[in-house]
Amino acid sequence: MSEPVIRLQGVSKRFGKTLDFAARAAQGLRRAMGGEVKAQLVRAVDNIDLIIRKGEVVGLVGESCCGKSTVGRMVAGIIPPTEGQVFWHGQDVTALSPAEEKRAMLQVQMIFQDPYASLNPRMRVSEIVGEAARVHGLVDRAGFDAYVDAQLRRAGLDPAYKRRYPHQFSGGQRQRIGIARALSVQPEFLVCDEAVAALDVSIQAQILNLFMDLRAELDLTYLFISHDLGVVEHLSDRVVIMYLGRIVEEAPAEEIFARANHPYTQALLAEVPRIDTRQRQFTAIKGEIPSPVNPPPGCHFHPRCPHAMPACRETAPVLREVAPGHRSACHLNG
Amino acid sequence: MSGLTLEVRGLSTHFDTRAGTVRAVDGVSFSVRRGRVLGLVGESGSGKSVTGFSVIGLVDPPGRIAAGQILFKGTDLTKLREEELRRLRGNRIAMIFQDPMMTLNPVLRIDTQMMETVFAHTKVSRQEAWERSRDALGMVGIPSPEERLSSYPHQFSGGMRQRVAIAIALLHRPDLIVADEPTTALDVTIQAQILAEVQTLAREYGTALIWITHDLSVVAGLADEVAVMYAGRIVESGVVGEVLDRPLHPYTHGLIGSVPSRNKRGSKLRQIPGMTPSLVDLPKGCAFRTRCSHADAACAEDPPIIEPGPGRSLRCFHPQLESVA
Ligand SMILES: Nc1ncnc2c1ncn2[C@@H]1O[C@H](COP(=O)(O)OP(=O)(O)OP(=O)(O)O)[C@@H](O)[C@H]1O
Ligand SMILES: Nc1ncnc2c1ncn2[C@@H]1O[C@H](COP(=O)(O)OP(=O)(O)O)[C@@H](O)[C@H]1O
Ligand code: SF4
Ligand code: SF4
Ligand SMILES: [Mg+2]
Ligand SMILES: [Mg+2]
Repeated sequence: MSEPVIRLQGVSKRFGKTLDFAARAAQGLRRAMGGEVKAQLVRAVDNIDLIIRKGEVVGLVGESCCGKSTVGRMVAGIIPPTEGQVFWHGQDVTALSPAEEKRAMLQVQMIFQDPYASLNPRMRVSEIVGEAARVHGLVDRAGFDAYVDAQLRRAGLDPAYKRRYPHQFSGGQRQRIGIARALSVQPEFLVCDEAVAALDVSIQAQILNLFMDLRAELDLTYLFISHDLGVVEHLSDRVVIMYLGRIVEEAPAEEIFARANHPYTQALLAEVPRIDTRQRQFTAIKGEIPSPVNPPPGCHFHPRCPHAMPACRETAPVLREVAPGHRSACHLNG
Repeated sequence: MSGLTLEVRGLSTHFDTRAGTVRAVDGVSFSVRRGRVLGLVGESGSGKSVTGFSVIGLVDPPGRIAAGQILFKGTDLTKLREEELRRLRGNRIAMIFQDPMMTLNPVLRIDTQMMETVFAHTKVSRQEAWERSRDALGMVGIPSPEERLSSYPHQFSGGMRQRVAIAIALLHRPDLIVADEPTTALDVTIQAQILAEVQTLAREYGTALIWITHDLSVVAGLADEVAVMYAGRIVESGVVGEVLDRPLHPYTHGLIGSVPSRNKRGSKLRQIPGMTPSLVDLPKGCAFRTRCSHADAACAEDPPIIEPGPGRSLRCFHPQLESVA
C-alpha cells in the first residue's frame, strides 16, 4: 500500500450556528419576553478518522449537511479542526514551520461546485490562472504567458480565450478555468467538492474524463466529494459514506456497490435512480434527515432505520472491520 | 374520451432580444395522456422550461407564443383570455418549480397560503379548506400535518418546502401538472419520497404529468414516455424503454452514452464533443450537425419529423440503428 498523503485522526468540527433573519427575530422576541437565548452548536463533523493514500481516488458520499464540504475544507487546510489532528505526509500540520505549511497548502487544491462563484469576475482568465503561480514564484514574468497557455491547454481550453472574463464562458468552460487555476500551482492532491454537480451530463462526461486524464498524467490523489453515486462509482477506488457528521461505512468501490453493509448505505443505493431501471416503484427511507444541530442520540440513523433496536438509541456504533478494507458502524455487526 | 389531457401542436415560443430572435421553442409537438408521465429531457438551454411555461401560459415579454396550439382537454389555451387561464391555473393545471419559493410566500403561514389556494377556486367553509390543506400535506409525507400547518416556510428544510409546494399543486387534484426539475436540488432519499408520491398521484387520480429534468435516470424510473429536446426542438420521442434502449437520434445516443453507469467503471466516458449552439438566429438545418459524427451535406437542411414506429417521432436524416452499450 502506498503511503498516506493525508490522515485525519479523531477530527471534529463544530460551528456556532449563525441564525438567519427569521430565527434571529424569533430569538429577539423571546429575549424581550424574558426568555433564554440559546447559542446553537452545529456538529458538522464528529470524530472521524480518514486516510487517503498516494494516487488514490477516494469518493466521499452523503446527503446535504452531513459534513462532506467541511471534511474537504479541513483536508485542504482552509479551516482547522475543532478537535483532533491532521497529518500531511505523516507530519502533524500544527507542527509544520510556516514555510512548510505554505508548501503543504499549495499541494492541496480545491475545486468547487459553482465555478462562477469561485472565479473573480473582474479578472481575466490569464490572471485567474497564473496569479497564484507567480505569487509563489513558480513562474517568472518572462515565462508567464507560456505557463498560462500550458495550464489552459491541459484543462482543455483554447489559450486564445485567455484575455476574456469568466462571464464570457459556459458552465463547463468555467469549471475548466477552475481546474486550470488549481493545477497551476502544481498540486499533488485535489479536493473536488461537487465539482460536476452543476453540469449537464454531456459536459459532466467531458470534465470527468479530464479528471481521469490528469490523474494519469500528473499522478494526482483525489478526494472526490459528491452526492451522485453513479459518478462516485465510476471514478473512485474507495468510497466513504457519511451520515450526519460521522463516517458510517468505508470500503473499496466495488465492494461497497456490491455488498453495502450499513443500512443507510443500503437505503441510499436502493433509492438512486438508474437509467437501466424502468418505471420502478419508488419508495423512500422514512422521515427527514435530522438536523446536525440536534442529532438523534446513539446511532444517528436510528429514527429512519428499519433494523433499529433498543441499543441503537443509546450507544453510537463504532466503525468495525466487516471484511478486509471494509468498515461499517452498525450494531447489527455485533 | 380519448384520454388525451394535453396535446401540443407545433408550438413555437420566441424571445425578441437586442441580439436577435431567440427561438427557445421551435415547432414542438407532443401529447400527454391521463395518468401518464412525460419526461422532457435535454441539456441546459434546450428549451425545456420555456416549453413548460408556455403550456401553463406564464411566458413573460419579451417572450411570446409565436405559433402553435396547446390543447388542454380539447380547449386551445393559446386562445383563452388571461382571466380564463388564471381560473385553470392552480385548479385544473398546476406547476411545480425547481425553487419552491417561487410558489411559497415567505411571510405567510402555510395554512394561510394553502387555504387561500382552496378558496381561490372553490366555495367551501374554512373548516373544510383547513381539512383539505391538512390532507394534502399528509399526502406528500409531511409528519404531523396539523402542527406543521401553522409554520412559516423558513421553518422547513428545503426538501419539506418542496413537498409543501407540491401539496399546494395537489390541492385541487389537477388534471395536469408541469414539474420543472422539482427534485434536482434535493437529496436522493427525499427525491425518492417525492417521486413515490407523484406515482401515486398519476395512478390514483389520473393526473397527467410533464416532468422536466436533465437526469435520464429519473426519467427511466418515473416516466412512461420521453421527449428529448435539443436547441428548441424535440429531436426524438417515444415510450421510455424504446427510446432509452433503442435510441435513433445521434444526440440521444450521445446523452445516454455519457451516463457513467453506461460505461465500464474507471474507463473514459463517451462524450459528445463541443457545446450547445446559441439559439439567437440559429441557421437552418439540423442544429446538432456541428457536433454530430454522422452529419453530411443533407443535414444543412431541416430534418423533417418522421415516425419510425408507433408512437415514436424523430428528426434526423440518418437514424442510428445500432444499439447502445
Ligand atoms: N426571458 C428570456 N429572454 C431571452 N431568452 C430567453 C429568456 N428565457 C429563456 N431564454 C432562452 O431560451 C432558451 C431555452 O431556455 P430554457 O430556460 O427553456 O432552457 P432549459 O432547457 O430549461 O435549460 P435548464 O436545463 O438550464 O433549465 C435559452 O437559450 C435561453 O437563453
Ligand atoms: N461556516 C459555517 N458556519 C456554521 N455552520 C456551518 C458552516 N459550514 C458548515 N456548517 C454546517 O455544518 C454542517 C455540515 O455542512 P457541510 O460540510 O457544508 O455539509 P455538506 O457539504 O455535506 O452538505 C451543516 O449543518 C452546515 O450548515
Ligand atoms: S446501529 Fe442500529 S439504527 Fe444504526 S444503522 Fe445499525 S441497526 Fe440501524
Ligand atoms: S440530421 Fe444529420 S446532423 Fe442532425 S443528428 Fe441527424 S445525422 Fe446528425
Ligand atoms: Mg457541500
Ligand atoms: Mg430550465
